[in-house]
Amino acid sequence: MSTAAAIILFAAVTFYAIFGGADFGAGFWDLTAGGDKRGERPREVIDHSIGPVWEANHVWLIFIFVVLWTCFPEAYASITLTLFVPLTLAALGIVLRGASFAFRKAVFHNRAKRKFGAIFAVSSVLVPYCFGTIAGGIASGRVPAGGQAGDPVNSWVNPTSIVAGLLAVSVTAYVAAVFLTWDAGRLSDDTMVAHFRIRAVAAGVVAGIVAFVGLLVARNDARYLFDGLTSRALPLVVVSVVAGLGALVLLRGRPRRGGRAAPVVAAGALVLGWGVAQWDYLLPTTLTVSQAAAPT
Amino acid sequence: MMHVFGGLLILVPMEVDPVPWARAQMAFTLAFHIILVPLGVSWAAMTLIANYRAIRHGDRDALRLAQRWSKYMAVTFAVGAVTGTVLSFEFGLLWPQFMGKWGEAFGVPFAFEGLFFFTEAIFISIYIFGWRRLKPWPHFWTGVPIPVAGIFGSASVVAANAWMNSPQGVTLDSAGMIVDVDPVAVIFNDAMPLMAAHMIIAAYLVGGFLIASVYATGMLRGRRDRYHRLGFIIAFTVAAVATPVQMGVGDGLARWVYNNQPVKFAAIEMVPQTSSDVPEVLFGHLNSSEEVTGGIPIPGLASWLSDPSTGRSTVVQGLDTVPADQRPTIPEVNVVHLAWDIMVGLGTLLFLFTLWYWASWIFRRDMPQSRWFLRCAVVAGFLAVVTLEAGWTVSEVGRQPWIVYNKMKVEDAATTNTGVWLTFIVVALLYVGLGITTILVLRGMSRRARREPRFEETDVPYGPSETADRPQVRAG
Repeated sequence: MSTAAAIILFAAVTFYAIFGGADFGAGFWDLTAGGDKRGERPREVIDHSIGPVWEANHVWLIFIFVVLWTCFPEAYASITLTLFVPLTLAALGIVLRGASFAFRKAVFHNRAKRKFGAIFAVSSVLVPYCFGTIAGGIASGRVPAGGQAGDPVNSWVNPTSIVAGLLAVSVTAYVAAVFLTWDAGRLSDDTMVAHFRIRAVAAGVVAGIVAFVGLLVARNDARYLFDGLTSRALPLVVVSVVAGLGALVLLRGRPRRGGRAAPVVAAGALVLGWGVAQWDYLLPTTLTVSQAAAPT
Repeated sequence: MMHVFGGLLILVPMEVDPVPWARAQMAFTLAFHIILVPLGVSWAAMTLIANYRAIRHGDRDALRLAQRWSKYMAVTFAVGAVTGTVLSFEFGLLWPQFMGKWGEAFGVPFAFEGLFFFTEAIFISIYIFGWRRLKPWPHFWTGVPIPVAGIFGSASVVAANAWMNSPQGVTLDSAGMIVDVDPVAVIFNDAMPLMAAHMIIAAYLVGGFLIASVYATGMLRGRRDRYHRLGFIIAFTVAAVATPVQMGVGDGLARWVYNNQPVKFAAIEMVPQTSSDVPEVLFGHLNSSEEVTGGIPIPGLASWLSDPSTGRSTVVQGLDTVPADQRPTIPEVNVVHLAWDIMVGLGTLLFLFTLWYWASWIFRRDMPQSRWFLRCAVVAGFLAVVTLEAGWTVSEVGRQPWIVYNKMKVEDAATTNTGVWLTFIVVALLYVGLGITTILVLRGMSRRARREPRFEETDVPYGPSETADRPQVRAG
């Protein structure tokens, strides 16, 4: 029973990382698109791409919370007590992002559009970074069991957390850039296809480097995670790398089926790899999934 | 470097007792979110009424209303969605022990709320996109799930709040830990039906008065065209139907509290000692020796209202029947009682105001035309929000000191993080900014709508923009 709940939990984390991540990543490219004139076309593609998605992707996040507090209430208390700061920052970032994206579309003047656009873009980078540090704090065993607070600073300002935060930003940017390349392709906009293709490759390379550095960091800082990643989660790590490279290869031609699936697989395998690597701990290495389970 | 960054956020702040700040932050963010709820739940229904009229009678003004409302609604929905997401963070961040101990019961209604929120979000985007892409009737039907999901979504959230007042469906072991949860009993706890009904009707009442007040303002400024009239009538009629129903439901809920949460009821009616023939004291307060001072007492009315069958001899339990640490403090009692007076007083006032409207329809076959009526309608929008906030204060402060009624105290549920005072200030500033910006953006949109005749057809929040949209249509 607790195993099923943990699997559902990780599935939800994975979905949020992919779909929510693509939204956040698009914000990263919005941020780096340049001034009014130069950034106009990329921003249109971005608006068009995430327009229909709403903030509805946060439903995954709410679902994660609900599963956590319903099935693993004590672990949830530990996480919220320990990681108070990055969780609060993420919440504030979500408010600023969602509201400013809606406002940007609703206002007319360029100056106001620019202001809301900047808030939208900056918070789009802040939120995945915070979530990355949270994942890093949990994975490196910095959240104690028993509904207690761990170190309020070191739990998210530590080598594993920082790498995980950067990894989250670069992976979301990568997934978004691949998606945006396809969307630009569907709009038959060759300039924008080239624009996002080069960014997808760059973000993919950066994400790969950060992931590799992360593995080295984990070796010293999160030993249980490292051992997991290099043994039972190894297949998923391989899948992630292959799919990540494959997505970049697929970007070379015209839009093709499977082109959007590859980055999804790459990011998904990465998140699932984290889950499998720290199995069967919910909070490595103090609380296993079955110990954490609520009595029902 | 990294420690400097973290240190700024955590170590610099003074160590301050987190409980009052956590309460303040939760209260503030909920007070904000609860204003958006009526719009999310009832505005969609009003939009559909306008949409229905537009298709059925070929009414171009109604069509314009529905199109514009759906756009404005998108903005308030987006703000509601993010402030709602923040609340789900806060349950854990501010009340970790509450969630740690009761999460598995409290979480159940939230799972359903998430589903309904998702449904609502999906159909709002389909409805907004659908204006130019779907035929009129299918498009109308894509809008119908929005208010339905809104109603079920609010019922789920209120079920969670009702469970805190009436914690049922859990089996505890000797140590007080949950060993078994009955999800159905948790959701359909005894307090849920009346509380949910009270909140959902409040959403229609407040939403109706609020939107009507905007059109009343326009009419007072001389925009007495058919469009403004229709906007006013649709919204005000919704409010005028909801108000009398709300009085009945509210009365039932008060009696439920009398029977099931006697201490909360004692705080509401400001009854220090158990007695019969209890007067209904308008205003007034409890002094430090727990005596009722000031105010206007109406002899026997509180007893009579509590149970009309026994009339003035109905016994009302007093605050002193439980130890001081298990009931609201004297300041809290005063807040609850004042909020109660405000809610009932303004609610009654709004009800009388709707009678004016109905009387005019019955005798003159038209809405009241006088400037005084419109002025009152403008004020009513504001008063309806005050009534809503007052009612919510009665419910939440009246529950003190319990977070789970008679099972866990608020102070035992709060986080131990001493920096909450800082997050409260940040959140408060952010929300004030958000509230002002939302109003400014909506006002800007409505000005544009008046200036640009083609406003309805241009891009919408969360919609693909006109320019980026065209190539897609070509490609597809």
